[in-house]
Amino acid sequence: MKLNRKWLNEEFVDLSHVSDKEFVETLTLFGQKVETYERMDAQIKNVVVGKVVSIVRHQNSDHMWVCQVDVGQEEPVQIVTGAQNVHEGDLVPTAVHNSWLPGGVHITKGKLRGEQSNGMLCSFAELGLTQNDLPGAYADGIWILNDEDCKPGDDINLVIGNDDTVVDFEITNNRPDCYSIIGLAREAAAAFGKEMKHHEPVVKGSDAGDIYSYLDVEVPAVQLCNRYSSRMVANVKVGPSPKWLRQRLRANGVRPINNIVDITNYVMLEYGQPMHAFDYRYVSSGKIVVREAEEGETLVTLDGNVRNLKAGMLVIADDNKPIGLAGIMGGENSEIVDDTTMVVFESANFNGTSIRQTALALGMRTEASGKFEKNLDPMMTIPAVQRACELVELLDCGDVLGGAIDVINHVPEEKSLPLECDKINRLLGTNISREEMVRYLTLLEIPVEGDTIHIPSFRPDLNLMADIAEEIGRSYGYNEIPTTAFKTSTQGGYSADMKLETKAGVLCRSLGYSEIITYSFVSPTVFDQIRLNADSPLRNALKIQNPLGEDTSIMRTIALPSMLEILSRNNAYHNKAVKLYELAKIYLPVPGQALPEEPKMLLLGTYGTDETFFTLKGELEAIFASLRLKKSGYTAVTDNPSYHPGRCARITIDGADVGVMGQVHPLVAKNYGMDMDVYCAEINFTKLLDGLLPDVTYTPLPKYPTVWRDLSLICGEETTVAQIEDVITAAAGKLLRSVKLFDIYRGAGVPQGKKSMAFTLELRADDRTLTDSDSEAVTAKVLTALKERLDTVLR
Amino acid sequence: MKEQLEQIKSSALASLEAASTSAALEDLRVKLLGKKGALTAVLKQMGKLSPEERPVMGQLANSVRASIEEKLEQRKAAINAAALEAKLAAEAIDVTIPGDEVSLGHQHPMNQVLQQIKDIFVGLGYQVVDGPEVELASYNFTRLNIEEGHPSRDRSDTFYFTDDNSVLLRTQTSPMQIRYMENHTPPLCMLAPGRVFRKDEADATHSPMFHQIEGLVVDENITMGDLKGALITMMRKIYGEESVMRFRPHHFPFTEPSCEMDMQCHKCHGTGEIDGQVCSTCHGEGWIELLGAGMVHPEVLRNCGIDPEKYSGFAFGMGLERMAMGRLKINDLRLIFDNDVRFLNQF
Repeated sequence: MKLNRKWLNEEFVDLSHVSDKEFVETLTLFGQKVETYERMDAQIKNVVVGKVVSIVRHQNSDHMWVCQVDVGQEEPVQIVTGAQNVHEGDLVPTAVHNSWLPGGVHITKGKLRGEQSNGMLCSFAELGLTQNDLPGAYADGIWILNDEDCKPGDDINLVIGNDDTVVDFEITNNRPDCYSIIGLAREAAAAFGKEMKHHEPVVKGSDAGDIYSYLDVEVPAVQLCNRYSSRMVANVKVGPSPKWLRQRLRANGVRPINNIVDITNYVMLEYGQPMHAFDYRYVSSGKIVVREAEEGETLVTLDGNVRNLKAGMLVIADDNKPIGLAGIMGGENSEIVDDTTMVVFESANFNGTSIRQTALALGMRTEASGKFEKNLDPMMTIPAVQRACELVELLDCGDVLGGAIDVINHVPEEKSLPLECDKINRLLGTNISREEMVRYLTLLEIPVEGDTIHIPSFRPDLNLMADIAEEIGRSYGYNEIPTTAFKTSTQGGYSADMKLETKAGVLCRSLGYSEIITYSFVSPTVFDQIRLNADSPLRNALKIQNPLGEDTSIMRTIALPSMLEILSRNNAYHNKAVKLYELAKIYLPVPGQALPEEPKMLLLGTYGTDETFFTLKGELEAIFASLRLKKSGYTAVTDNPSYHPGRCARITIDGADVGVMGQVHPLVAKNYGMDMDVYCAEINFTKLLDGLLPDVTYTPLPKYPTVWRDLSLICGEETTVAQIEDVITAAAGKLLRSVKLFDIYRGAGVPQGKKSMAFTLELRADDRTLTDSDSEAVTAKVLTALKERLDTVLR
Repeated sequence: MKEQLEQIKSSALASLEAASTSAALEDLRVKLLGKKGALTAVLKQMGKLSPEERPVMGQLANSVRASIEEKLEQRKAAINAAALEAKLAAEAIDVTIPGDEVSLGHQHPMNQVLQQIKDIFVGLGYQVVDGPEVELASYNFTRLNIEEGHPSRDRSDTFYFTDDNSVLLRTQTSPMQIRYMENHTPPLCMLAPGRVFRKDEADATHSPMFHQIEGLVVDENITMGDLKGALITMMRKIYGEESVMRFRPHHFPFTEPSCEMDMQCHKCHGTGEIDGQVCSTCHGEGWIELLGAGMVHPEVLRNCGIDPEKYSGFAFGMGLERMAMGRLKINDLRLIFDNDVRFLNQF
């Protein structure tokens, strides 16, 4: 919401002694945050009023003129112009040497076809003005200032009315009253501790009859229209508005059009009440009906666009057609034109949500709809329409008809609150006196009577003590409230899963993995990209009904695609040897429940020349061990469609399934544009919490020496390490402390179809030193079992 | 015999001195002191001496042996030392050759900043909690005083899963206020960081997914002064003890009174310009917005079964991306979610 300071100073509260910086800072700290502010004369420098003393033809040009221009200094300056509308004695805007025009145009002296020119005579367009701002001015040449009240040497900014600052406020949703000059003036006055001037509009009236003989208003859409007020004007003379009005509109970014339209816009700025003017000729049967549109109705709005209306949209209609889109834009069919003679002023209050939704649906947010959607004060319609009629009389552009039509459906009840000084001070942590509080509220035009605060209708946001406390607090100054430290009796900390996450993150990074953060929503095509079976339950994902696009339309039920996408992107960036991890939530719908489960997954993904299944597996084992998880197990998985059928394992912790790891299926990698080996692990991190070992305690160090026995075995090609380990562990008995693979060999000395695997056995007793016969007995038992169970023998 | 011994000694010492390898020394030891050595050969003649001469010669022979042994040890040590020196010299390396590469991973910059913030709050007594991202509208809006028809509920702003708009992707971490108050009784002190979602196309300053950090304190007699004190303390821990802060009135449906907190721009010290140019850090405003906050709205307390007549509290929320981008000078939000390792590895 824009505010020009001159208007404020002239009409409401004179703060002309306050600098722009102080004004802006004070209002910001009072709760009306200033987004930007700008001096209107910032763009035009060194442009003055000049009087053309003489004008002669340029010797070397058939269209240029050489002027001697009096710019209020001792000697006139010589300026060459190509304009044809300048005459001796004319007052003209003169950009002298080293002057600036809007858009950063710098004017300096120079020679034009041999004649010295010490500046430039300007058109109004070159000064940033339009024909709307200057209805009578000549557009195709120099702006002639003869009718302006000015003399040579005057700063052109004063002539234009640029001696002003425009301040743009960010208005919060709870303060619809501040979408008006009056509302902001009230805030400004209170912020500076001053009283504001009020003006009650006075309409003199005429003998042209009264409204009731011409107009009938019906409001069947009771829920969507709280109030509809109107007055009429006859004998209208449409024409340009006076300069002061045009300048105020321009300063606030509104384009002047004609006196009647300008009046409605002026009142909208001043009161914050959007208004509309209809040409009475086109209101069929003199009847205005505020109703919901019928499906399929159309209306051409003032901007010339055809609007296809939907049932439920609020329209202003006559007895047979819509003539305006309520609260958004009028219809072209009832627009004010040059020969309009009778006008209906509409000053209404519509349901904000309905206006917002219609504006949104039609893609046409306007100044008016932007105001209505904040839910305006219904008590404002009459003062606003009165002000409009007063301006008609002031501008002498018509005869106001007697009477007003005012259909009232909903107006707010009068509200009051007790002034609870103690509670307010207790909430704020202050010690503000009752007198001071009353003074603050009075300045804000919130009347206090005894211990009762009467809430004005323009402050619907004040409903309880805390709301009043905010008014007191901001008047007192938030930054003046003493800063205190409360004592917390609470213990800070992290939940168990967060601690484990932090630890896992550190481990992943120490193993060379960098962390990524990916979107929670993915494309439904990812399931096919990772070759998920058509009947996989993971395809049952939560679907966003209004996604930004198809590629972010479902909540991921599996995090692998996110990892693959980032690996693929890094590959596309030519990043070699990439290792990434993410702690990523997935979203699993639960039948009969509104909300899904959101377990967290630990994803590891890597590619690069040194990466193999076993590097990844080793890293996982290190992570699990360091997280102090129970024993992890790995079993071959051949039917996970996302992974290489011969290089994929299911991971268990203490027997419970926690995830999968392996080489990504080459077809899947290819789907992601990668032709190298890619390895991934997907661990359900939430489940890991169940696999934690009990808190660690000290185990006494061995008293007796360890005996190491190496067994080099020959077994079938299909025999797995896990099978041999299981047999050794079962057969060896309690002397065995560990068994560890240290070599796999195929080739000379090993029969075809067989392989050699070598294991180290760690043997120890707690109560004695083992003898050779002890260890030989263990070895013998192990070899017997291996022979019987796995047809595996010593090499 | 005496001459013989003297002769053995002097020639032995000379040849030991000349020996330059441990093998040569060993040879000499055998020749001189061994069973068939020169000294042993002389000693075998002792029997031929008179009883008076015997002890004298014996003594002399022992002293010759001792001298030879001593010299032998001395030479052995010298030769070993020289050998070691030669070995070490041969083993010299170019210490400027780079060490074997150990590549460590990097924490995502956003989580680095988040971790720092979490640690600060934990130290101040806050319990860090996590909550659902797919959320009920009643938690995300209704119970936070955000009425039906409020613009933030529009389908143009919020992602929905159901026709009746009852299930959505949370647009803020504030529903965690409700969830925490439902399950805990005051005094309570909570920090809830997490993902939030809004229907914004991704560009340099927008992302449909981003992160917020929500804080909540509820106890008896909590005041706006306490809110100011707590937030100033926390923000100074994050931004430095010398930081200058200010509070501005603002509006949030679920706090009253509400405020925003700004920090004076550390580049231009609040003037908005540097050497006559608009300050690029604060864009000329002189202040940088840090967070929104306020006293918990009585209705919100009541919605969670907490008596607003007895308890009061404050809540605050801040955007993590904005904070991280400001601190790490990241100029495009898309970099955060692009996950290019050349970006990640810078932090």
